[in-house]
Amino acid sequence: MLPTKTTAALLAGAFALTSGVAEARDQIQIAGSSTVLPYASIVAEAFGENFDFPTPVVESGGSGAGRKKLCEGVGENTIDIANSSSRIKQSDIDLCASNGVTDIQEVRIGYDGIVFASDINGSQFAFTPADWHAALAAKVVKDGQLVDNPYKMWNEIRADLPAQEIIAFIPGTKHGTREVFDEKVIEAGCEANGTLEALVAANGGDEKAAGKACIALRTDGVSVDIDGDYTETLARIDANKNGIGVFGLSFYQNNTDKLHVATMNGVVPSVESIASGEYPVSRPLFFYVKNAHLDVIPGMQEYVEFFVSDEMAGPDGPLAAYGLVSDPELAKTQEMVKNRTPMGPMN
Amino acid sequence: MTDMTTASPAAVARNAGSLLEHGDRTRNRHASERRFRILGLIAVGFGILALVGLLTSILVNGVSSFRQTYVTLDVQLDEAKLDKTGNRNTEELRKVTTFVYAPLIEKALAQFIEERGIAVEGLTKKDVSGIISKEAPASLRSVVLADPSKIGGTVSFDVLTDGRIDGYYKGRVTMASAELDRNVSPAQLKLADALKDAGALNTRFNWDFLTAPDASDTRPEAAGLGVAILGSAYMMLIVLALSLPIGVAASIYLEEFAPSNRITDTIEVNIANLAAVPSIVFGILGLAVFINYAGLPQSAPVVGGLVLMLMTLPTIIIATRAALKAVPPSIREAALGIGASKMQTIFHHVLPLAAPGILTGTIIGLAQALGETAPLLLIGMVAFVREYPSAPPEGFFDPASALPVQVYNWTQRGDPAFVERASGAIIVLLIFLVIMNGLAILLRRRFERRW
Repeated sequence: MLPTKTTAALLAGAFALTSGVAEARDQIQIAGSSTVLPYASIVAEAFGENFDFPTPVVESGGSGAGRKKLCEGVGENTIDIANSSSRIKQSDIDLCASNGVTDIQEVRIGYDGIVFASDINGSQFAFTPADWHAALAAKVVKDGQLVDNPYKMWNEIRADLPAQEIIAFIPGTKHGTREVFDEKVIEAGCEANGTLEALVAANGGDEKAAGKACIALRTDGVSVDIDGDYTETLARIDANKNGIGVFGLSFYQNNTDKLHVATMNGVVPSVESIASGEYPVSRPLFFYVKNAHLDVIPGMQEYVEFFVSDEMAGPDGPLAAYGLVSDPELAKTQEMVKNRTPMGPMN
Repeated sequence: MTDMTTASPAAVARNAGSLLEHGDRTRNRHASERRFRILGLIAVGFGILALVGLLTSILVNGVSSFRQTYVTLDVQLDEAKLDKTGNRNTEELRKVTTFVYAPLIEKALAQFIEERGIAVEGLTKKDVSGIISKEAPASLRSVVLADPSKIGGTVSFDVLTDGRIDGYYKGRVTMASAELDRNVSPAQLKLADALKDAGALNTRFNWDFLTAPDASDTRPEAAGLGVAILGSAYMMLIVLALSLPIGVAASIYLEEFAPSNRITDTIEVNIANLAAVPSIVFGILGLAVFINYAGLPQSAPVVGGLVLMLMTLPTIIIATRAALKAVPPSIREAALGIGASKMQTIFHHVLPLAAPGILTGTIIGLAQALGETAPLLLIGMVAFVREYPSAPPEGFFDPASALPVQVYNWTQRGDPAFVERASGAIIVLLIFLVIMNGLAILLRRRFERRW
């Protein structure tokens, strides 16, 4: 058959070509979270400018995909570092181990805030997690009864919210941001407005099932999953001025002329309020380093150290200026990176 | 004619009336023809409208990316800061980071403002340095490293302005929006206007957009298409060098030599099917075969080229076979008749006559491959790449980006200035496509023979 024939011819050609130029890879390969991507590319750019090593190549593609690629094995055609907006999972570590990737460093680069924002010309919002649960959950408690979500307007939930149609653009399930949203907003709200209690009772005391039912969102078109990036969320809000979108803090900070940010529990999201822990919806950002590559790929150790240096990730560095909330324990991370301490078992 | 005279009464009734006056049936037929024409016109009009809408939106957003705002400053290259030992040792000079160069530029700007007596209300020191791009120290550093003898003197240096200041002169940023924007203040815009009046700030054609590499999210003003254009060019070279010979050889065999039996039929059907396979499938194949099995590097044009070649092959084979078929059998028979072998017939007579058709098909296949993003996603080419790949053949194995990938990357960035960049990249891509398709039309017009 022709396809196989050409493939064979191709492979022969490819091998002939590689054997001629089989040299060591000299630039660092990074893949993973699209939330970490801007920070990683800022660091990569500065690294390429100031060191005698080539600028690392940074791919996006999602946290999970990045960790999976990291765990593909050891060798020059696998990546060196995986960016991740959520912590590595036990299943990733198992996959890594089965492919011979054993020593992995977990480097926390800082925190990222998740903000709720609406069109700049619309009304101001002051939310609590309970409001969001009431607005988006499939089942809510109304007048002491567990009912299908009846709310259409924000002021039906709480009288002091604006009389505006409820429509929310939230990150799709493939995003790491969605996990944080589910946990810190919807679950927290579920507990706060008493729905959790009602659900536990309805499930006959099964708390796990109740927790799952808590984060089940309504499917009548009020909550819209955005699988693309924040630019898509912004475009949707532009088209529907009643919409409220979920953004990363850095994205919002780049678009303050188009978006109004809502407060959460009365706190305005900012680098400071997230660092102090006042603003409730934030999460740590990580990258994972394959230690086996540290002495093989030139400049890798320097890159990792440069990333967490005060010049870059410190409170006055360019990452903080772009919206990263600097890690108060950065010094500890710097020490760890210097010693190449691999991460311990997950707890 | 004799029938006419003996026509049945019914026929007479149908044809009754004048030839100059249309009967009901004729009128109906004409009306339906008119309706069809109107429908056709509407369809064409709709297509043109959509095209015009698309092109205007791209042009309106993107043309401005070819212009960029600069400030011309006299920067003092302080020896005490850049070369403490004073021996102009390149090794030591390389250790001086951009963090040292940034204050030099800020000082030069502050000095200029003071000399010209520019005073803007509410302007902080941070505001002043904020109008300069974060790229500027890096470009100054590379100027110094290229010629260390400049240290100690003063150089006149064109500094990029920040993306927001640039946006102000392109209408993207206004005083009203700057009021709300945390990245720029109205005072900064006033300062920029004052600099413009003083003749230090100007907006001009930006070659860097075509030659510079990509830049990170904080420096949209410095982002360019250099690496992407090189990467696309390398991939097209590989696609051309591999798919043209393989495709033509396969078509000649299938068209001229292959016995017509069940196996040949199956192959033909499969080639047609292959042309309809979604391009992402070729990306998955590329990842599995070229990267995981053959061990080729990620993000490299060689893998991109191989994947796109697989995608282009069916197009080329189908076009080549059509071109070979269009050569009349009399040519073959004449050649065979005077004693040429089958091989001679094909290579001396049939192939040259089919060449324009083959080339047209190849160029159209290449144009298709040039605009393809989906398969590149899986082989790691959708990435932030700042290093230029070296010259071929080693450069085929260096990481690179591609034009459509750059468009995709830029549309995902947070800074609104990247919208302009993405549209600019689309314009560049469209120009390449128009050139390639124009070439295909030209070849067809000039050399195609009709029989």
